[in-house]
Amino acid sequence: MRLTRGVRIALRTAAALGFAVIYVPLLLVLVNSLNPDRSASWPPPGLTLHWWSVAWANSGARAALWTSVKAGLGATAIALVLGTLTAFAVARHRFFGRGAISFVVVLPIALPGIVTGIALNSAFSTVLKPLGVGLGLFTVVVGHATFCVVVVFNNVVARLRRTSPSYEEAAMDLGADTFRVFADITFPLVRSALFAGGLLAFALSFDEIVVTTFTAGPGVETLPVWIFGNMTRPQQAPVVNVVAAVLVLLSVLPIHLAQRLSADTATDSRA
Amino acid sequence: MTATAPAARSAERRPQGPLRRAAGALHRRPRLRLALLLTAPLLWLAVLYLGSLSVLFVSAFWTTDSFTSAVVRVWSADNFHALVTTPVYRQVIVRSVGVALAVTVLCAVIAFPLAFYTARVARPRWRPLLVVAILTPLWASYLVKVYAWRLILSQGGLADWMLRPFGLSGPGFGLPATVLTLTYLWLPYMVLPLHTALRQLPDGLLDASADLGARPGRTFRSVVLPLVLPSLAAGSVFTFSLSLGDYITVQIVGGKTQLIGNLVYSDIELNLPMAAALGTVPVVVIVLYLLAIRRTGALSSL
Repeated sequence: MRLTRGVRIALRTAAALGFAVIYVPLLLVLVNSLNPDRSASWPPPGLTLHWWSVAWANSGARAALWTSVKAGLGATAIALVLGTLTAFAVARHRFFGRGAISFVVVLPIALPGIVTGIALNSAFSTVLKPLGVGLGLFTVVVGHATFCVVVVFNNVVARLRRTSPSYEEAAMDLGADTFRVFADITFPLVRSALFAGGLLAFALSFDEIVVTTFTAGPGVETLPVWIFGNMTRPQQAPVVNVVAAVLVLLSVLPIHLAQRLSADTATDSRA
Repeated sequence: MTATAPAARSAERRPQGPLRRAAGALHRRPRLRLALLLTAPLLWLAVLYLGSLSVLFVSAFWTTDSFTSAVVRVWSADNFHALVTTPVYRQVIVRSVGVALAVTVLCAVIAFPLAFYTARVARPRWRPLLVVAILTPLWASYLVKVYAWRLILSQGGLADWMLRPFGLSGPGFGLPATVLTLTYLWLPYMVLPLHTALRQLPDGLLDASADLGARPGRTFRSVVLPLVLPSLAAGSVFTFSLSLGDYITVQIVGGKTQLIGNLVYSDIELNLPMAAALGTVPVVVIVLYLLAIRRTGALSSL
């Protein structure tokens, strides 16, 4: 389509404005972590690194970060196993209810988090309580794994659909048994998809707050839950500012990794 | 020595360890392989997840003892009756759907020029970088992004500072702030499908339209828009359903505004059946939305 000069300039301006709106809030979080004042009024009266050292010494934030990492690793491990198993079943076999499986896998992330959250909460309290097991980090891991399965599944299934089974058939013809074929042929083929899926699953778990609220036991506080709890306390505001800034800086890391890995598997399956 | 050598070689060719036998059994029985693959995921997703989900929705038909707030397992449709007749519930449901629709429309309006620029106006060399620039905020923490808007909209914050020269002040916390923040959160989900669709638009069609005398505006309405509509619908599935289920954002920037999620949350402790009944509302609305969207063919491009 031939665009007139005016339309072109208008589009350029609109895009520039759009990108500004996308990035100004993130930059503001970074600048605000250097704000010596406790209030968020703009412009800040000066810049200081003082709150960064205060935040570093904050035991609550550190404990929450550690809890988040543990929950994320646990959920990612479970999601990798379940997602890969499901992906192999769906991509390599034909069976009754195959379409339904892909649907069930997506459901935990498609439904509002609060619905998944209270469903799991009431199930845990009716099933686990009689067994003497209360809510804790374990239940958070179970909840997170449930909605993380989908990203691993999507990545692995996409990879399996694109790789031809002839490599595996050739290996079998050459005498390799099922396990050998998996270790030498199939696993190397899906490895990067597994990595991308695992990265996404960890990011999803690390960021989650709603399901966490309903599955965490007393005293179990992930980083988002900690931020949410301290956000409105003026006393804690500077520390929350620093933690938020750190999270903004960290978000560059996975996109960099995913970009280097493979553009097709990692970038378009976040959704 | 010489007598054992052929035997050893044949053993090497056909090792009969238990592992090898298991591999053979798996290879011969695809159904067994399938069963082994599916058992764990099905136990987890179908039994644990779907099981607890169905119990929740069944419990929407139960009631609570008004004195002890314990769940009483007596079937009744009282909760759904209350949902339709109580003015507060009706108001909140209408408000939530309105917010979700407003966010969706705003996202579409903002995303279109952005995607058009990244897909067709920007130099090809810059395009991958621009896509990354749109994707990056998706990896930034949800909560941090909402917090950023809390900072912007707070009293004396960036919004107030920017509007002061015009004699205005920022919207403060409330319904407009909620819509604004949700739009910011879900915007990339709208930009990406639009970018992909606009990228794939064949140049020939646009040239043909111009050759037949259509001005850019006409080409846009009659050629571009119908072709990207499925992607627009696909993006709207995300913006709509993510907004409808959200209750954290409205707690942070919404002031006293209540959406469905807040009602569910406040009912959990004292009246779980009512919370479950309220929880069915976004699910039903989202399913209806998906059914309506399916007619555009958007779901296959999801």
